[in-house]
Amino acid sequence: MSPRSSALAGAERVGTDRERPEYASTHIPPHRRPLPLMVADAVHRPETETTRARLSLRTREWDIGRWPGARAEQRERAAYLRRRTLADLEGNLARLTENIEANGGVVHRAKDAAEALAAIERIVTRRQAQLAVKSKSMVSEEIHLNDHLTGLGVEVVETDLGEYIVQIADERPAHIVAPAVHLSRTDVGRRFSAIAGRDLGDDPDDLAAFAREQLREDFRNADVGISGVNFAVAETGTLALVTNEGNADMVTSQPPVHIAVMTLEKVVQEFADLETLLPILSKAGANQEITVYQTLVNGPRREGETDGPEELHVVILDGGRSDIVGTRYEEALACIRCGACQTACPVFGAVGGGHAYGNVYGGPIGAVITPLLSDRPEDRDLPYLSSLCGACGDACPVKIPLPDMLVDLRADYQEETASPATRAAWRAWARTWASRAGFAATIAGARASAVLPERVLRRLPMAGGWARGRSMPSTKDAGQMRRRRRDGGRR
Amino acid sequence: MTAGPMPRRVALFASCAADLAMAPAATGAKRLLEALGVEVDVPAGQSCCGQVALNSGHREPAATLARHWLDTFAGYEAVVSPSGSCVSTVHHGYPRLAAEESVGSSRMAERVAATAPRTYELTQFLATWGADLALELPARVGWHDSCHMLRMLGEKQSPRTVLGRVRGLTLHELENAESCCGFGGTFATKFPELSCAMGDAKLGAAAAADLDYLVSADPGCLLHLGGRSRAGGPEVPVIHVAELLSRALDHARGQDGHGETLVERSTA
Ligand code: SF4
Repeated sequence: MSPRSSALAGAERVGTDRERPEYASTHIPPHRRPLPLMVADAVHRPETETTRARLSLRTREWDIGRWPGARAEQRERAAYLRRRTLADLEGNLARLTENIEANGGVVHRAKDAAEALAAIERIVTRRQAQLAVKSKSMVSEEIHLNDHLTGLGVEVVETDLGEYIVQIADERPAHIVAPAVHLSRTDVGRRFSAIAGRDLGDDPDDLAAFAREQLREDFRNADVGISGVNFAVAETGTLALVTNEGNADMVTSQPPVHIAVMTLEKVVQEFADLETLLPILSKAGANQEITVYQTLVNGPRREGETDGPEELHVVILDGGRSDIVGTRYEEALACIRCGACQTACPVFGAVGGGHAYGNVYGGPIGAVITPLLSDRPEDRDLPYLSSLCGACGDACPVKIPLPDMLVDLRADYQEETASPATRAAWRAWARTWASRAGFAATIAGARASAVLPERVLRRLPMAGGWARGRSMPSTKDAGQMRRRRRDGGRR
Repeated sequence: MTAGPMPRRVALFASCAADLAMAPAATGAKRLLEALGVEVDVPAGQSCCGQVALNSGHREPAATLARHWLDTFAGYEAVVSPSGSCVSTVHHGYPRLAAEESVGSSRMAERVAATAPRTYELTQFLATWGADLALELPARVGWHDSCHMLRMLGEKQSPRTVLGRVRGLTLHELENAESCCGFGGTFATKFPELSCAMGDAKLGAAAAADLDYLVSADPGCLLHLGGRSRAGGPEVPVIHVAELLSRALDHARGQDGHGETLVERSTA
């Protein structure tokens, strides 16, 4: 079968070039390297510094984390609206389902990735689809939809510019709303030139025009359009999607079948909620008052309408989320996937974007939800990949207490994994330092050895590592403030 | 912060980091408070607020140390600390710990609620009650907003107010003043390369600004930044704000052992 996609013709020439480390691949291995090793590798890649600088410039110029006046009110409102919906999640999902169906759509509830994939497989098989155009969807990354469809002989083309850029090098998105944030325009120019078979330069407008040209045919020829969902309105059954390129408009209206994939927490209670949530998503995600396009889908094509798909399917994935409801992490489901916590996170920047988290969702929100949703035991230590600086909490437009959650997840992790020896060492340390004599001994030891108070500390798991890149602090004056003054006040 | 009358007697809580490895932060804080006429007690039983255990995921040892901290400090009219991070633990971490079923209690919550509002980071205390201190130091400095002090304690203004009172001192606002330095407690040892890279970004901006000192109110950040600077990172002298202000006290009194080089440098 010759490839039907024009956009992907030549993609094999892009290869996986030097800017793509192995951990950035769409194929997430069943086991990953230990986090500290992967992180050290990411820190030292030459591209990382450019990405870090790009993200920190954004944070400053976009004023991420600042909520002056009316914005603060909007944020309070957004935080409230999201929690109001979550308070009756199942009720809202039932209403959503009812209204989507009343609008002529079909709802598929999926407990896990396998069920979601099976539902989608049934549709594409029945339609004998060969080409699918897709607009941005993180859920589809989560369930590895592209792989699955490719295995069925369906070509999948990412039509979001950033997603297209990462797709052609077989990469995962590096950021929730800016998938190609880890690449410079030179990198993009190189990839597109490889596809074109000629030098396209690195002018962003030229490159965007090239991508549009590439995608045009595919929009026309696709059998299926697959989209994510930013918000699904329970009250009306409306699916709201935001883009800056209008590709969601195309994906949801041109092909004969539209499959929208969402996770269950994307539901919002009332249509009026969008009045708050769309602008705050635009601001937090892209520093815009409102995105260029808002696509509102209210069902498949009706009698007398000139465009729109014949079929609309909405796949609602649980994927472990309902297990979070009612726990101390429930608020994490308020997330509107704006990516502001990622942009603002100094760790996310210093590792060159989300790839080094070894998972679909990187950054602070990724470090919170991945351990809650993932089956891989090694993902459970992701909450440690944070300096707990709190920038994410300030940046979050719906006020998810990400730093507190990271701390609590660490406690969960220790509860489940800490060895008896580790626990005993921590307890012994705490008891020693909770006694006057014990801490006095620590001070004496520190002064005597003039190194860190290692008598007790060296047995703790966090002792090593300081000396890698740093000189040791001097402890020769340890406890000085406790000594009696003999000099009449001068010191 | 409500500015009632200045507490007459306060307890100094040094933080374990300053107690063990940054003595001038503790002794400097004591001098400054005494210069205000405050009677300063240094409770001998003090050690650590427990944050390192809390943030590592060990609630029980954290609670042990939190209780010990409360036993040590709850009886004082006020507690002052040269560690913004530890103060934020008392304000934000302790209530959360106290609310934890496995290790907390309502009694603990009550004690925290009574003590935290009387627990100040040093520059908060000085900003509120230290306007009469004579401070002078010709120096160009940059401020590092430590994350916990800035975001958890919500304190950005006090250090600037206090530094603004130092005659001869120029505060240069670094463009990355609010970015994390990469210390992060055990984060620094778990991900040393990452931690150092973040430190280099902080130090690099400071080095480019040609500062006499990069100043902060957190011994942890400063030990990390100083250690990094001495081991191949961008070269920047780092100093704790208590030590800097203590020198400014000396300089203003003409008892200055450090100021001359600064004068030479700033007039060169
Ligand atoms: S956690 Fe908050 S800041 Fe991060 S992506 Fe979700 S909504 Fe945005």
